[in-house]
Amino acid sequence: MSYFTYVGKRLIQLLPVLFGISVFVFTIVHLIPGEPADVLLGQNATPARVAILNHKLGIDRPIVIQYLNFVWDAMHFSLGTSFYNKESVASLIIARLPATAMLLSGGVILSILIALPLSILAASKRGAWRDQIVRAVPIVGLGMPQVWVGIMLILLFGLKFPLFPVSGFGDTFTQHLRSVFLPSLSIAILLSPILIRSLRASMLEILDSDFILTARAKGISQTRITIVHVLRNAIIASVTVLGVNIAYLVGSTVIVERIFVIPGSGSLMIDAIARRDYPIVQGVTLFFAIVVVAVNLITDLVHAALDPRVALK
Amino acid sequence: MKSNKTFYFGLTMLGTIVLAAIFAPLITRFDPIEQDLMTTLSSPNATHWLGTDAFGRDVFSRIIFGARIDLTIGILAVLLPFIVGVTLGLVTGWFGGRFDSFIMRIVDTVIAFPFYVLAIALVFIFGPGVKSMIVAISLVGWVAYCRIVRANVLVAKAQDYVHAATLTGLPTTRILRKHLLPNVISQAIVFSMSDIVLSILAIVSLGYLGLGVAVPTPEWGSMIQEGQPYLLQQWWIATIPGFMVVIVGFSLSLIGDGLVARLER
Repeated sequence: MSYFTYVGKRLIQLLPVLFGISVFVFTIVHLIPGEPADVLLGQNATPARVAILNHKLGIDRPIVIQYLNFVWDAMHFSLGTSFYNKESVASLIIARLPATAMLLSGGVILSILIALPLSILAASKRGAWRDQIVRAVPIVGLGMPQVWVGIMLILLFGLKFPLFPVSGFGDTFTQHLRSVFLPSLSIAILLSPILIRSLRASMLEILDSDFILTARAKGISQTRITIVHVLRNAIIASVTVLGVNIAYLVGSTVIVERIFVIPGSGSLMIDAIARRDYPIVQGVTLFFAIVVVAVNLITDLVHAALDPRVALK
Repeated sequence: MKSNKTFYFGLTMLGTIVLAAIFAPLITRFDPIEQDLMTTLSSPNATHWLGTDAFGRDVFSRIIFGARIDLTIGILAVLLPFIVGVTLGLVTGWFGGRFDSFIMRIVDTVIAFPFYVLAIALVFIFGPGVKSMIVAISLVGWVAYCRIVRANVLVAKAQDYVHAATLTGLPTTRILRKHLLPNVISQAIVFSMSDIVLSILAIVSLGYLGLGVAVPTPEWGSMIQEGQPYLLQQWWIATIPGFMVVIVGFSLSLIGDGLVARLER
């Protein structure tokens, strides 16, 4: 199978997933007990007003038509308007996006900076004490609640040694960078154990393979073998792991933004829930799901481009 | 031998916490909900082993009563998806066909949502509280079991003992239950250990966000949230509940590792 056939096949696989996502997000409004009109009108709900509003919201139309309208609007980035302040949901999400994007990319970069040296350290001498210690990291790390890690970082680097701001996002770019450092680190602390586990495992596997033996026989230095032969292949294998975990990561920004009071898309969702602002909850859920689908797609395509064996399978 | 030791170590740690949770009223004489506004935010001392919180409630007693809530919900939220996921995985893997591809598309869809976003959206639909939390975590959780078991069934299906069972004319339900299930379930059991950790983490996070267990009830996540404003002086209020989760997570992963060694013998 050529790379392009693989891309095509992968795109076709997306269709049922996108259908499923849209159906779920569409149903959110219909599953919630009570009518949206009751929330919007509150005390002022008279049957006549409810009918007018339902007509305006399109709720009086057949459900299939409503669904198709929803999909049509979503495809044109029209996600409705907030019940709370009448702003467009799409523009609210976009306005909050830079903070979330910085937080996420910071988390990914920091986790790679943590995981890479540690896994090289562990894999370069299998079974040694340094390997044992690195192997223990995931066992402890995977059981730590995101909120707790965040709060420990606030306690340590925000209050005891006030090096970084503990809340808010600042106004200038430098302030943004400083503000997202601790939140990103809290994400990295939970992501790097997963990366360490996969990097170490794939490095060990590669070290045992024949081409490493050949490289050694050719008299190539250990450093060169580690960096050029082992690491490059191990990273390719870990791209998928990173991609899969970004789904989980995107979700945890919702929590991290809450802890560090960062005005991102995730905190938008939590605020909306308190106000029972359906269109925002719907919009953010849809947006995050699309992001995950896109990330997974890109991961697979990058993986297949880096490692031609993937597309051949 | 080494994995045996760590297995029992994990079991002992978890067992201690479970026993403390069960016999909580015997261990502490303080009501975890009762406020005592005369002794708020006191440091750990002989009466209040871990001090008191902003409402003068005993932190130690809230921790061990909180273990009841978090562990019970954590396990309940894994039990249902385990049963549903394993059953669906067996059926889809065995029969294949349209039903299989239908279920797999649902699986793909559930996976497409970030876990917390989906869980929060579901809690929003059903309203905050214990029941909706269990439902939300279950609706997301069955997917993993379904995938694990299905993959194992696909491998086992091609093996001789299954062919032999089919050739003897045994009813399908019997083959699935007696022949296939014992051979494909071990990986799901091992995963359920780390899944309990994931569901406790979710409960703690939802509790922190104010979407979980209603407030006066002692729960580790809401305790972290209530302790956050007092981090500088009374750091232990927010720190200890999280530390409990770490211990539970650590012991469950030791138990999980031990189970791998036992089940794969």
